[in-house]
This record gives sequence, C-alpha cells and structure tokens, in this order.
Amino acid sequence: MKTSDEITADDSTLENTQDNVESNKPSANYAEIIYNGIWKNNPALVQLLGLCPMLAVTSTVVNALGLGLATLVVLVGSNIAVSLIRNYVADAVRLPAFVMIIASFTTCIELIMQAYTYELYQILGIFIPLIVTNCAILGRADAFASRNPVLPSALDGFMMGLGFMAILVALGAMRELIGQGTLFSDMQLLFGDAAVHWKWTVFESYPNVLFAVLPPGAFIGLGLLIAGKNYLDEREKKRLAAEKAKEGPSTSKRVRVTGQVS
Amino acid sequence: MALLRITSPHTQRAGHRTSWVMQMVILATIPGIVVQTWLFGWGTLINLMVACVAALASEAAILAVRRRAVSFFLKDYSALLTAVLLGVALPPAVPWWVTVTAVSFAIIFAKQLYGGLGNNPFNPAMVGYAIVLVSFPVPMSQWIGVHELVASGNTLSFMQSLQAIFHQLPVIDSYTMATPLDGFKHKDLLDSETAFASLPALQAASVNSWLWVNLAYLIGGLGLIALRIITWHTPVAVLGALFVMSGVFHLVDMDQTATPWFHLTTGAAMFGAFFIATDPVSSCTSNKGKLIYGAGIGVLIYIIRAWGGYPDGVAFGVLLMNFAAPLIDYYTQPRAYGHKKAKSGLKVGGDH
Repeated sequence: MKTSDEITADDSTLENTQDNVESNKPSANYAEIIYNGIWKNNPALVQLLGLCPMLAVTSTVVNALGLGLATLVVLVGSNIAVSLIRNYVADAVRLPAFVMIIASFTTCIELIMQAYTYELYQILGIFIPLIVTNCAILGRADAFASRNPVLPSALDGFMMGLGFMAILVALGAMRELIGQGTLFSDMQLLFGDAAVHWKWTVFESYPNVLFAVLPPGAFIGLGLLIAGKNYLDEREKKRLAAEKAKEGPSTSKRVRVTGQVS
Repeated sequence: MALLRITSPHTQRAGHRTSWVMQMVILATIPGIVVQTWLFGWGTLINLMVACVAALASEAAILAVRRRAVSFFLKDYSALLTAVLLGVALPPAVPWWVTVTAVSFAIIFAKQLYGGLGNNPFNPAMVGYAIVLVSFPVPMSQWIGVHELVASGNTLSFMQSLQAIFHQLPVIDSYTMATPLDGFKHKDLLDSETAFASLPALQAASVNSWLWVNLAYLIGGLGLIALRIITWHTPVAVLGALFVMSGVFHLVDMDQTATPWFHLTTGAAMFGAFFIATDPVSSCTSNKGKLIYGAGIGVLIYIIRAWGGYPDGVAFGVLLMNFAAPLIDYYTQPRAYGHKKAKSGLKVGGDH
C-alpha cells in the first residue's frame, strides 16, 4: 500500500508533463496551471531549477526582486514566442530555436535594465546574461509552451515566473534580515527615488552575520524553505486523509475474497 | 533460547556507555580550562556556562520538534561536550550572542538536522566555530592577552568579564592582544627573527602562555589515550604531519617561517589533535584511516596557518578532512577474519 502511495507522489511531476502532452487541444485547465506554477511544481522549490542565480544573488530583497522580475519577463516572453512558432519548427532544431528566442529576450531585458536600473544591473552582473541558461525557462518552453496554445503558455510562464520570484524574494528577505538586520534596503535601485525611505531597520545596532550574506547561507535558507514546503504539504495530506476517514468508508463495497481485509 | 549474546566489542565494554565516554572527554578538558582561566581570566568559565545552557536548551528544543525522547538524549552528554569544546575554543571575552549562535548552530544544524548523534558527517563544535568565525570576524579575533603584555597590565576581573560578555566593556581593547599565530601571520615584511624580537604578540610571555595551554590539553589528551577512549593514531598523525610540514618549510626558508616547536605549541594544535580530530563520529574508523585522516588535518593546519586567510586552521582543516573521511574509510578497510587480504577500493563487477 505504502509503496504505491509513494510511487504516485514521486510521479506527480512526471504525470504533470504527461498531462501537458495530452493537453495539445486547447482545453488547458487554468486553475491547474496557476496551482502548478505557484506551489505544486514551483521551479525553485520543487523542480530546483535555476539554482545558480537563485543562490548567488539573493543576498537582499532588491537583488532578488530585480532578478526575479527579469526572469519573469523573459519566461513570459519566451513562452509566448515559443508557443506561436510551435507548429512551424522541426523537432530536430527546436532546442536551438528556443535558446535563440530566450537569448533575444534576455538581451532585451539586459538592455532595459542597463537603461533604467543601471546600478542594479551592475550589482546583478553576470547573472542577467545567465538568465539564458536558466533551466526553468528552457524547461517550460519545451515542456509546456511548445505543446500548448498561446494563452495557456503565457499564463504558465507568468505563474512559473511568479513562483520563482516569490521564492527568490522570500530567500532574499530571509538572508537580508538575518545578515544585516534590515529589510527592503536600497529599493531605490529598482523603484527610483520614491523608494529611498523604504528601508526598514528591523534590529537596531545589529552585528552583521556574514554567514547569511555569503553563499552558504543561501543553501541553508533554501533548504529551510523546501523543508517548510514539504511540511505544509505533509500536513495538508494528513488533513485530507483525516477528512476522508471521518466520512467513513467509501460507499461502493466490493467483496474481497483474497488478501488482507483492512 | 538465546544461545550466544554478542554485541560489537567496541560499543559495549563493561559500563562504558556513550555518556561515560562523553563525561570522560569533558573531564579531560579540565586541565586546559584551568590553565586558560589562570591565564586569560574568568571569561572562559562564563563562556562555558553560557555554552552549556545554550546547548541543553537547543538540544531539548530540537529533540522536542523531532519528537524524540528528550531526557534520554540529553543524558548522553554529547550536547554538553559540544558546548564545552566550543566554550574553550571561543575567545574568553566574546559576547554571549556569539557563543549562543555557535552552540545552537552546532547542535541544531550540524548535529540534529543530520539525524542526531552518530549521523553527523561534520564535527558539530567545529561547524559552530567556523560559522561564527566567518560571520563575526571582529569579536572572534579579540583574544585576551597575558597580563604582562597588555596595555592595562591586568587580566579581566570577574565583574569585568561578565560586563564584556553580557553587555559591553569599552576598555576591552586594553586587555586584548593578537595571539602569537595572529601576530606571526601579520608580521608583514619582517623576517622571523625580528618579528620574534619586536612584535608584542611574539614575546616570550605571550608564546609561553600558549605553550602552557597546549601542554594542559596534551595532558588531558594523554589521559584519554590512557583510558582508551581515543587511540594514538589520530593525534600522532596530526601532530606528526604538522611537525613535518613546518620542519620542511622551516629548513627551506628560515627567514620567513616559524619553527616546528612554535607550530606545535601554539594555537589550537594540541586541543585540535586530541579533542577535535578524534571525534568518533566524524573521523575515520580504521587505524590506517585514522593515520591518513590525521595527517591530512596536520597538513591542512600548516597550509592554512602559512598561506591561508586565518591565523589558525584547525577548524577548517578538520571540516575539510571530515568531507574526506568516508572515502578514506572506504579505501582502508582492515582485513576481515577469514579473508586472505583486505578489501580495498571499488572493484568493478565485484560483489557490490
């Protein structure tokens, strides 16, 4: 019994892609897409894709938000573009084509950030061009956008990007709070002069905990976030099981002649 | 009908339970604690108190979260041992929150998150130490100096120690000085001889104070060997490798390096060799493995002391070799009874 449960749990991601394969017809379930992107199939917490920028730049909220937004825009754009050309690209060249599309969107974002948020662009450095190699984006292009119409693909890109950004910001907030005792410092880099006073010093005269600012802190922070998600999932599963048990055994009763009677 | 009750001989010597081993190791640190208190004031003892309270509290809390038997695991003294090792390793007047951070991180993250005592791949005390060393470089570099050499000419009184640890002591700078290793690391362009003649941290009083500390831990460590809690392999390999490394490089370049004697009797050399490297959980198991593991630590200590970013390298040396310990164990399995020769390494298509 237990093993079959485990197998279904493990297969949830696989099943999901199979769903996508099957849903070539334009009957995509939007609620499912939203739930997948934000929670069930979250690129950062479940698929563990795009870890490199995620661990490297999430030392403050503003860095995380900047990279999260950039990734979100690229993800939506590439999903739409890939979905548009999905019927015209031969299978053999589809991956290079996708990478070209993603690269052009990344270049756009890079130039935009260079124009409007130059300091943030400098802080994020190499990790903006590296969005091209973010597996989450190529993964969504290949697994979803190349098999679905434009609207579901755009929504999928948006929700996956949102899920990724949410975790980035959560990790950034965690590390900034533990590392420097502040939140939302330097938000003017992204939102202009209006945001100069957004900085919230949570702890006065706080000794900087360099460990949280340095990359090892990101690993531990991400580990804690994943553990938190698993804990919530587990609790939800238990709650559902308890509810089911309360309802009593299912109405259709079949007579078993072999095996254990539970 | 029980025909023969055999348990592993190494785990069940009569009366020698985990708690007994841990208690003996704690007792063996007493000479070192006494000497440290005598030389550097009450801070060490206050640190120990803070560390023990923090260790018991965080161990109890995390055990409760993990739904394990709290009192059963608290009674094995392993949390207290981690606390004691950290308490003596941290600088004597370090603020209380540094100690609490180190201890709780060691217990919660380095030990319990991996599954508790016996499952931790890294030495918890050294993980805690490395975390605070990386995070708070300033308080971690404030060692109390010997009273002959510091500006105030005194060690901290009990009240001053309390003030330094729990509040703030503005005059703390007149009680602290660089340790010999720190002084030697930052001798910059001076050659060794001038450095030993001129730098305050390298004066006889300062160097001798660390000699006493190391001798005290050597005595405690020899006691552990006599009680057969640790074997001689790891400490001898650590100290031997440190001796060989420092000896070779001293012969090559007399002007810029310190003598092997200096390296063996300063910093955490003895403490690391006898109390840290011999942790039964995170070190190697077989005797040959222990020799390799210890030698690796000794080499790393010298490398970090001579060319690394920190004055002493015991913590990082031990942590790095902890990574390698499973691999070393894999390649140094002793010959099993009934087999012609020892199994060593991976054989493709073998019985795995």
